[in-house]
Amino acid sequence: MDNAIIQLNGLTKRFPVGSGYFTALSDIDLSFSKGEFAGLVGPSGSGKTTLLNIIGSLDVPSVGEATVLNHSIAGLNQKQAANLRNHHIGFIFQTYNLLPVYTVYENVEFALLLQKMSATERRKAVMQALEWVGLTDKEKSRPSMLSGGECQRVAIARSMVKKPEIVLADEPTANLDSKNSHHILQTMQKLNDELGVTFIFSTHDEKVMQYLKRKISLADGRVVADELAILSQ
Amino acid sequence: MIKFLIKGILRDKSRSLLPVIVVSLGVFLTVFMSGWMKGIFGDMIDMNANYTMGHVKVMTRAYAENEEQIPNDLALLDVDALTRQLSAEYPNVEWVRRIMFGGLLDVPDENGETRAQGPAAGRAVDLLSPDFKEAERLNIPKSLVQGRMPQQQGEVLISDEFARRFNVAIGDDISILGSTMYGSMVVPTFTVCGTLNFGMAMLDRGAIIMDITDAELAFDMQDAAGELLGYFKDGQYNDDEALLMRESFNAVYSDVNDEFSPQMVRLRDEATLKQYLEMADNMSAMMVMIFVIAMSIVLWNTGLLGGLRRYTEYGVRLALGEEKGHIFRTIIYEALMIGSIGSVLGSALGIGISYYLQENGIDFSAMMKNVTMMMPTVYRAKVTPDLFYIGFIPGLLAMTLGNALAGYAIYKRKTAQLFKELEV
Ligand SMILES: Nc1ncnc2c1ncn2[C@@H]1O[C@H](COP(=O)(O)OP(=O)(O)O)[C@@H](O)[C@H]1O
Ligand SMILES: [Mg+2]
Repeated sequence: MDNAIIQLNGLTKRFPVGSGYFTALSDIDLSFSKGEFAGLVGPSGSGKTTLLNIIGSLDVPSVGEATVLNHSIAGLNQKQAANLRNHHIGFIFQTYNLLPVYTVYENVEFALLLQKMSATERRKAVMQALEWVGLTDKEKSRPSMLSGGECQRVAIARSMVKKPEIVLADEPTANLDSKNSHHILQTMQKLNDELGVTFIFSTHDEKVMQYLKRKISLADGRVVADELAILSQ
Repeated sequence: MIKFLIKGILRDKSRSLLPVIVVSLGVFLTVFMSGWMKGIFGDMIDMNANYTMGHVKVMTRAYAENEEQIPNDLALLDVDALTRQLSAEYPNVEWVRRIMFGGLLDVPDENGETRAQGPAAGRAVDLLSPDFKEAERLNIPKSLVQGRMPQQQGEVLISDEFARRFNVAIGDDISILGSTMYGSMVVPTFTVCGTLNFGMAMLDRGAIIMDITDAELAFDMQDAAGELLGYFKDGQYNDDEALLMRESFNAVYSDVNDEFSPQMVRLRDEATLKQYLEMADNMSAMMVMIFVIAMSIVLWNTGLLGGLRRYTEYGVRLALGEEKGHIFRTIIYEALMIGSIGSVLGSALGIGISYYLQENGIDFSAMMKNVTMMMPTVYRAKVTPDLFYIGFIPGLLAMTLGNALAGYAIYKRKTAQLFKELEV
């Protein structure tokens, strides 16, 4: 695929365990194009998080090649990796991981403080992101005052505020009830549609599956299926 | 970013409260202890200067060698001329002569027979000039228990303890069995006009204080004096200047081969005092060092705990594309801010309390009855300019060092590892 923004070739990840190794991912070949809405599906321990971390340049492959936005992950130094994450990749976590001492606004703004941006530009971008997730009225709230669903929407705004090419969401609905899960997914779906951002999820949540345009099944660190979904709409 | 950090510090009490308390406590202790020590040592030095040493002191070489025997036969001669010369050469120094003497104090009854006798430690200083400087220096007006200051020749003050022991009343006559400068026995008689209590055994025991002219007359010491003391006119001992003065004076006036030639020593030359001064310096330095090390260890630990508590935050910040080095730097900035707050609080408190104790000393005289050292009985702190940084800088240093150590642990951790720890 020539317009692939993520390309994984023969990717293997081993973790040292005791005196030997544990192979968390083995020989993964995958590629993602711009605008995908794809899910890594598999039971706990199948390697979903490990794979997302490598794509997100938080970790490096043991063997094989991971190319993200034309950068070879293994070849990036700490600074370049940080720069890639800062400008091009957004993260969403299962546990939201908002910073409790900061307001909703400040949590979203933080991602931009690392970039050179004027205060007015920043304000505009943050309000825009909060608007995408429908939380403009909560800008002054602290995370502790929000529901789980609202927290996750703040996290989405935080990942989206810098308008990244790729958003990596690790089990984003695992802590949410059904109603909130759907709301979150619809929000992300809308952003995917409107802004063309590539979303890659990890999940074993059935509710998520129905939104996926592509479903990649992992088992014991291997890709066992890679199918395009026939969207039921 | 800095604004962001400040908000975090202010809102997250657990991040700032303990370190601020630790730092301000440590800084407070350092500042207070050193103000306290400065005060006590300073008073001790002042007392030594006022009572015995002057800022500089001229004696004959032979007198200096046997000073504890008070050998007035070895006293300085031609003191008027010497004083004039010194005043001309060192115009910022005031020169005063003193005569110390030993002898037997004899209290006669109405028939002139000896009623009581005891060893006397005499001190003759200028008490009759109107400016009262020497009397103030020896703290005589405030030490008076009964009676009044001598107002004319022939009037003396004696130790209150002595007066009570021998039933000497104000207005009674006393005699002193002593010897003149030339070795002949004399028994001059004086009238007691007041009694004294300095509160220091060393000064009170057998004390008899008289005007210098009385001693000159009694012991045949016209134009002579055991000691010629110099005091800087601004009241402050200046060691550099004293040293210079000593060197230049001794080069001109002192002759190794002539034991009657005058010799100058400075305040700091006094052996025990020298030790005190060095001790004061060493103790301050040691305290600051212990403080920095101890505080650093404590703050390192609080830093580690705080760091652990904030792993989520660091993980998120990494994921958001912050560099590890930048995170490390923000940890240091935070430490600097928290350290400053704690150091300011600690310094303010330390200086405040030192100031209070400078104005209102604590009276230990009850406990010091039998101390034979020349020590103040009312302990006061002293606020000196260095109190403003002596705690502040170490406080900041300890906080920064402690957090740098803690932050380094985080910094060294692999990104992936840090990130892993982010997942519950
Ligand atoms: N740093 C690590 N050290 C050792 N083993 C690890 C490490 N990270 C993940 N693993 C192992 O790799 C496997 C895959 O983990 P993970 O990618 O988190 O799975 P998933 O996200 O699908 O639940 C698991 O068995 C996990 O124990
Ligand atoms: Mg996982």
